Amino acid sequence: MSKTKQKIDLSSFPTVDQVGIGDRIERITKRSIKKETKVQGLKMALNMVDLTTLEGADTDKKVIQLCNKAQHLHDTYPDLPTVAAVCVYPNFVKTAKTNLQGSGINVASVATAFPSGQSSLKIKLLDTKIAVDAGAEEVDMVISRGKFHEGDYNFVYDEIAAIKEACGNSRLKVILETGELGTFDKVRKASDIAIAAGADFIKTSTGKISPAATLPVTLVMLEAIKDYYYKTGIQVGMKPAGGISNSKLALQYLLLVKETLGKDWLTNKWFRFGASSLANDLLMQIVKQDTGIYQSKDYFSKD
Amino acid sequence: MSRLEVLKTYKIYIGGKFPRTESGRFYTPKVGGKSLGNICLSSRKDFKNAVVAARSAFSKWSSATAYNRSQVLYRIAEILEGRKAQFVEELTQQGSSKSQANKEVETSIDRIIYYAGWCDKYTQLFSAVNPVATSHFNFTAPEPTGVVSVFAPEENSLIGLVSTIAPVIASGNTCVVLASEKLPLCAITFAEVINASDVPGGVINILTGKRSELLEHMASHMDVNAFLYTGNDKKEMLSIQELAVENLKRVRLKDFSNVYSLDHETPYYIEDFLEMKTTWHPIEKIGAAGSGY
Repeated sequence: MSKTKQKIDLSSFPTVDQVGIGDRIERITKRSIKKETKVQGLKMALNMVDLTTLEGADTDKKVIQLCNKAQHLHDTYPDLPTVAAVCVYPNFVKTAKTNLQGSGINVASVATAFPSGQSSLKIKLLDTKIAVDAGAEEVDMVISRGKFHEGDYNFVYDEIAAIKEACGNSRLKVILETGELGTFDKVRKASDIAIAAGADFIKTSTGKISPAATLPVTLVMLEAIKDYYYKTGIQVGMKPAGGISNSKLALQYLLLVKETLGKDWLTNKWFRFGASSLANDLLMQIVKQDTGIYQSKDYFSKD
Repeated sequence: MSRLEVLKTYKIYIGGKFPRTESGRFYTPKVGGKSLGNICLSSRKDFKNAVVAARSAFSKWSSATAYNRSQVLYRIAEILEGRKAQFVEELTQQGSSKSQANKEVETSIDRIIYYAGWCDKYTQLFSAVNPVATSHFNFTAPEPTGVVSVFAPEENSLIGLVSTIAPVIASGNTCVVLASEKLPLCAITFAEVINASDVPGGVINILTGKRSELLEHMASHMDVNAFLYTGNDKKEMLSIQELAVENLKRVRLKDFSNVYSLDHETPYYIEDFLEMKTTWHPIEKIGAAGSGY
């Protein structure tokens, strides 16, 4: 199938069956994964983590520390996969890039006046350019939620398209900030717009707003990806972010992806977790599965 | 028409809530051929959840003022006093005579009061200003150890439970307690008392079930800092000590067979789960003031 973007009809959007979504999620959360399958799932999840630090108090040293953590997750277990990427603010991209050289770990940068997105397109483009020029392989942008609520979908679409262009070869993740969208219908609408405008990934949240990622909202977005794939044959990635801090939940996300989109999405090229504390919980679970002994945070590096 | 009595479901106590065991299993302890009821047979996952609750409760409980902890312990005693009749009834159901049951509940209340009194006093007893040969002010102060696994005594289910829990939490530790396997009723009713008496959720977690199943996990869990064992099973004791090595748990093996003895009312039971931290603080010569350490 051709990889060119096809025209999508944005004049009408599908509505979401809220009860159906709830029902589906309830069934997913009741299942449990054991033994070897669990270990494999844990390692897969670890490989999909975007290790993230997006604090006002971030410093170069903090970013260096995080890069170290990304490369030395738990050295007692040399065969562990690495995380997928380290996610930082644009002004730390260079530091991260230098410290991740040769590790195969990508540098992702938030841009476009993250987290509020309240700025002019000019600033947002510049923000993106700074990140890309510094070497960010991935850019996480936020949509203009205000404009979206006003019904100015063209504005939202055009903005995403413009940022996509500014990204060049870097992959673009579009943050919908579902916690500010309000309804599943709006999440679906925003997903469709982002995908049509050229998003390589759609992402739930900035992590600064509660609720952040949830299973139901992720399912709504996965359905949007599925419908687009059926129409065009083009794969779009998914990244739930914020609030995913334990392994059990991470495995449930993997289940959801596998059963909604299929195993083609079960790689870090198409699925990511935006999280900072998830990596440690995954590590603790992996060690628990291996030794049979429940682990403590005290024995794992903080960042 | 006669009324149908509403019977209590005995559930476990984790993080200030009363869930059933996640395993869905139960056992039916009997006294004199009569069933005590269906009791949760807790699994290792229940224990794991309890440790998570105990760990997250630790920072707040350990940093509460000694005065406040004292009040909370006192409050447990107050509530227990008010529900004396219920405990007497349950103890009788578990095979005690009426007078034994009365004595057990009253001693339990008094014992909680005893440890409530120690909350703001043990620090003075166990801390020290140490003489050193350099110009340092050198002092040692006790801090709570962290999360403690407790095997409550098999006999004397209420007084045994109280005598092990009170000194552990008095200093700011949090705990996960496995109640008496044979006589579990009072333990869960005691959890209701705790729940009603300002003890923050997670500080005390009470499980019911089998020692043989939970011992391995309660002794090996890396996020547990200490183990209080009561009983005299040599094999269990050895096993706990071996498993505790992995993260150097503080292990205390106690014989609580003579639980009414005043030997069990001692601040040294609090000291069992304290860590001594020593600080060297540089000082200038204070010759002119005529003082000096």
